[in-house]
Amino acid sequence: MVAIHGENIPVTHDHDEKPAFFERWFYSTNHKDIGTLYLIFGIISGLIGGFLSFMMRMELAAPGIDIFTNEHTYLVFVTMHGLIMIFFMVMPALIGGFGNWFIPIMIGAPDMAFPRMNNLSFWLLPVALICLMVSFFVPGAASGNGFGGAWVMYPPLSTTGSPGPAFDFIIIGLLAAGFSSIFGAINFITTILNMRAPGMTMHKMPLFAWSVLVTAFLLLLALPVLAAALFMLLTDRIEGGTAFFDPARGGDPQMFQHLFWFFGHPEVYIMILPAFGIISHIISTFSKKPIFGYLGMAYAMVAIGVVGFVVWAHHMYTIGMDVNVKAYFVLATLVIAVPTGVKVFSWLATMWGGSIRFTVPMMWALGFIFLFVIGGVTGVVLANAGVDTALHDTYYVVAHFHYVLSMGAVFGIFAGWYYWFGKMFGFHYSGFWSRLHFWLFFVGVNVIFFPQHFLGLNAMPRRYIDYPVEFEFWNQISSYGAWITLASVAVFFIMLLEAFFMRNKRRVGDNYWGEGATTLEWTISSPPPYHQFSILPRIDHGDTDTHEEVDEAYARKEGDV
Amino acid sequence: MRAINAMLSTMGVGVLSLMAAGSALAQDKQVGPESGAWFFQESATPVMDDLIWVHNMVQIIITAIVIFVMVLMAYILIRFRESKNPVPSKTSHNTLIEIIWTVVPVILLVIIAIPSMNLLYKQDRLPETEMTVKVVGNTWNWLYSYPDYEDVNEWVSNPLDETQATEVGQPYLLATDAPLVVPVGTKVKVLVTSINNMHSWAVPSFGVKMDAVPGIINETWFEVYEEGTYYGQCSEICGIRHYYMPIEIKVVSKQEFARFIAGGGQPVDKLAALNTNTTGGAAVVAANE
Repeated sequence: MVAIHGENIPVTHDHDEKPAFFERWFYSTNHKDIGTLYLIFGIISGLIGGFLSFMMRMELAAPGIDIFTNEHTYLVFVTMHGLIMIFFMVMPALIGGFGNWFIPIMIGAPDMAFPRMNNLSFWLLPVALICLMVSFFVPGAASGNGFGGAWVMYPPLSTTGSPGPAFDFIIIGLLAAGFSSIFGAINFITTILNMRAPGMTMHKMPLFAWSVLVTAFLLLLALPVLAAALFMLLTDRIEGGTAFFDPARGGDPQMFQHLFWFFGHPEVYIMILPAFGIISHIISTFSKKPIFGYLGMAYAMVAIGVVGFVVWAHHMYTIGMDVNVKAYFVLATLVIAVPTGVKVFSWLATMWGGSIRFTVPMMWALGFIFLFVIGGVTGVVLANAGVDTALHDTYYVVAHFHYVLSMGAVFGIFAGWYYWFGKMFGFHYSGFWSRLHFWLFFVGVNVIFFPQHFLGLNAMPRRYIDYPVEFEFWNQISSYGAWITLASVAVFFIMLLEAFFMRNKRRVGDNYWGEGATTLEWTISSPPPYHQFSILPRIDHGDTDTHEEVDEAYARKEGDV
Repeated sequence: MRAINAMLSTMGVGVLSLMAAGSALAQDKQVGPESGAWFFQESATPVMDDLIWVHNMVQIIITAIVIFVMVLMAYILIRFRESKNPVPSKTSHNTLIEIIWTVVPVILLVIIAIPSMNLLYKQDRLPETEMTVKVVGNTWNWLYSYPDYEDVNEWVSNPLDETQATEVGQPYLLATDAPLVVPVGTKVKVLVTSINNMHSWAVPSFGVKMDAVPGIINETWFEVYEEGTYYGQCSEICGIRHYYMPIEIKVVSKQEFARFIAGGGQPVDKLAALNTNTTGGAAVVAANE
């Protein structure tokens, strides 16, 4: 998309001395090191969250209560799976990990605008996760340890229904994670708006930068609302404290749901938008074509972000809202299908006429489109409040949001991981293990979640440890999928180990994907120097959306080196 | 609960015999989830008929969209693979096609929105109802009463444990000791509230799901076509026994319902069949208030 003047490719080796281990990884202010920390953190959280969901699936494999000795513990697992996957896996990986790593490089900046705040953003997260882990082991309700009120935390279950300290730990942890995200959002917005290299106008900015910019605004506007709602819960929980949500003292429990989902709906776009950005880069790279309808793609994300703030009550169709309010939320929700459709069709149009290579990241990206479309269209079904009456709080909803998250956001993460692996670490992974990982994961998550549509249509409610025997068949199938997915996780780690041990044999160059990879990260070494762009790159002002010019730019660059 | 845990391992065997035993009851029609089913439960009300119709219409549209996208993607991947098409085109804009893929989805959404709105208003705007039942969510059972009939006391509907359910030939985790009783072919208004945690009163075959929120009385309605026993389950997380507060509704003829009310609201058949010493029964409830 952008052409780079060869004479401005910075020589950075003079600034490449790295600090000692402790200083480097604990005091870190380097955006790439912080990005790496975020990615490692995301992998660890993903393992914890994945373990919780695997245990849930094993419990549900057959009717009866077979694995958990306490029904409360099952609900704690449900709750923590949701919170950990959202706040500690997807968000840190996509925004903290890839965002930190590649936003400064892509816009031609040496680092983030506020490197020390960046350090704070990261280190708040382990603190938050520790709070959540502590909450597992302290009393929640009378029935056991931990908080079992689901990630939505609706009062009165989260106030009078969970008197123990477990939920207080969760509140503190989520507030810490929330502040981490708010600081990160401020950092990204400032960096993207102020630190773009000369010539890098907003309309030349790579789509991943656009996606993170929109995401950062969503975070900045949505998370304070969650923080406020959590504070209100906290003071409501104090004996004789406030009564924001206590109907006996004039409060309104429905108000919490409005506050929560005013945050919660933008949150789902916070999780998926960065994945959109990554997918755009990968589709473009491996079709060897510039992205189709760049402006439409960028503004579709802006539109999704804006409309995402006015549809929240579609999560609450059954709480007893006025019918006209529901009608509004139905229509507003349906509107989101339009920009989302624009994105899907633009990806297809990007591939049209391209020269498509089936590399590993491309497979994840194609898998993303396939599964995101399925998850997206079931969203259109759920948007209709009338139909949602039958489907609300059933496994249909579980299937829907796992298709867009477990297969949308997570496919986006793995796509980015395999796309930038060589760039981040300087060596390549094995084609065999990475492809095996893809296929096992692809089959596994589909076997888990596709049957859940059927369970939901037949009205199996969510968050049930035990179910009528009629639901056994599809639950059993779904649990087989959990085993396949478990195998894929094992293969992922084999892939990592194998790649690490073979690293010296698989060193990669600056632009190992070749012709189609046109953004700035492909102009610097792999791994990039400790500090890049000491001299800012200059981006061409002409219409550079054609291949000749990009090729010329590379030719110039290569001639220069 | 521990007892139930221990007994559950034998559960798999009971299903078929359960259905056979079910037919021996006074009401032979039982509507709930079906083994291995992949679609809605049988519809029992006009609202559920419409709901299934709107769902099916949307389902046809989205299936067409998914097939279209998949076929197009497969075509692109085959035709424009690197070995076949080594030189990529440079096209990155086409105003006409961008307008088409914005406008066509808008048209599809309008096509979806019209019947969707009809359904929503039909479901949500109560018609002239002929009677009212009050449903109160409690942790973890349901309280039922008839505001229209002062002589009938509120009663608790507790789940049957596995032994009891097998005994009366009804499905475990769906059957209760004292179902809500309503007349067939009657527009029934339902008032739903809660006295502690949130719950949700859901009867899939009626197309009804209404949250029970403390401090707020929600209303919905249904009109059942046929006599029979209909099952539902609590559908809003409410604590440790969220999975163990089923909903059972016995739909009887208008004459039988009149007798039921005249008799003080004792759900006769069920209790006779259930001669074990269950806790709640149709007993009058003084607690929980």
